[in-house]
Amino acid sequence: MANTKDSQGPLWEVFVQKKSGQPFVHCGNLHAFDKEMALQNARDLYTRRNEGTALWVVPSDAIVSSSPEDIGPFFEPANDKVFRHPTFYKIPDAIKHM
Amino acid sequence: MDIKQLETNFDAKLSKNENIEPKDWMPDNYRKHLIRQISQHAHSEIVGMLPEGNWITRAPSLRAKMILLAKVQDEGGHGLYLYTASESLNISRDDLLEQLHTGKAKYSSIFNYPTLTWADIGAIGWLVDGAAIMNQVMLQRTSYGPYARAMVRICKEESFHQRQGYEIMCKLSVGTKEQKEMAQDALNRFWWPTLMMFGPPDAESSNSENAIKWKIKRESNDQLRQRFVNQTVPQAELIGLTIPDKNLKWNEAKNGYDFGEPDWTEFNNVIHGNGPCNKERLGARIKAHEQGRWVREAAMAFAEKKKERVAA
Repeated sequence: MANTKDSQGPLWEVFVQKKSGQPFVHCGNLHAFDKEMALQNARDLYTRRNEGTALWVVPSDAIVSSSPEDIGPFFEPANDKVFRHPTFYKIPDAIKHM
Repeated sequence: MDIKQLETNFDAKLSKNENIEPKDWMPDNYRKHLIRQISQHAHSEIVGMLPEGNWITRAPSLRAKMILLAKVQDEGGHGLYLYTASESLNISRDDLLEQLHTGKAKYSSIFNYPTLTWADIGAIGWLVDGAAIMNQVMLQRTSYGPYARAMVRICKEESFHQRQGYEIMCKLSVGTKEQKEMAQDALNRFWWPTLMMFGPPDAESSNSENAIKWKIKRESNDQLRQRFVNQTVPQAELIGLTIPDKNLKWNEAKNGYDFGEPDWTEFNNVIHGNGPCNKERLGARIKAHEQGRWVREAAMAFAEKKKERVAA
């Protein structure tokens, strides 16, 4: 996915935090030659309208991702443990909130 | 997994309206279609900076100049969103630019028309961006994830573009006699090329069938064109401008306007390189790319030098 041989410099993924306290959310990517330029380009490209107050830039090839073919087996363990969810448990009606 | 199974999975995803993501398996023709469409869209954004850039130094006020600068900067940003969306399909930025510069890839025919007066900047924002928005709103639900996400961001930013253009037309239409004539003249010149932006009629559009099947497009060229006309005619009437189409007539039965046929011979001519500004636009793009070469090389050398220093 990353075309690092490009004359445009390597690819970086950009994450924006809207307000302090909120999570950083992926918003897109861009080309830049080094990390300072990546940060400045990210500001110019993704926060021209107060979309955020903090930015992360990460070299795209540093990102490790799951692969679509493995969705089933990879995420399987999440499905068969319903007791992890609060709704699994029966609580007396008299208790309104827990 | 064999190819049959992969195709079945792909079709199942589309029928559930799920997005296709870069690492998902996709048919070769789907990939090719997207590269063609998204890169053409990206090229249109950056070539679109040229006719408007033509007026930055001559904007009639500081306010107008700042707005136009911000708009042209947005178009550059939109180009970048779309280039990286194309690159996620395994084609490099260099290859994409090469296709533009050699004429292998197209861009929207509308940008091959000149911007002769300040009113043209109004007409472009109002009509050209208006038509682009109509297309882009639909594309927010396109089946390829990175393209859909780029479209969501672009649509958020694009609405200011159309409104600033219409504001220019409003101001001219209450100005002097010459200013009103200038606004009408811009509408006269940009109306038909804008209708052509939606592409050839459905019956003759070679790419439409697959685009609909793969949910890349959700509506046809003619549907979008009709909606644009319905929306724009009252906006022209409100500010006393006349749409240059003698066949334009409200049709109660279809709850929309009947309108004339654009000159498709002209459309094909412009697409094939013979519009008023094709050579100038492409020349300006190539020149910018060539003259920027030393900047890219210097930035690359600087980055490598810094890396060595850290390593030492």
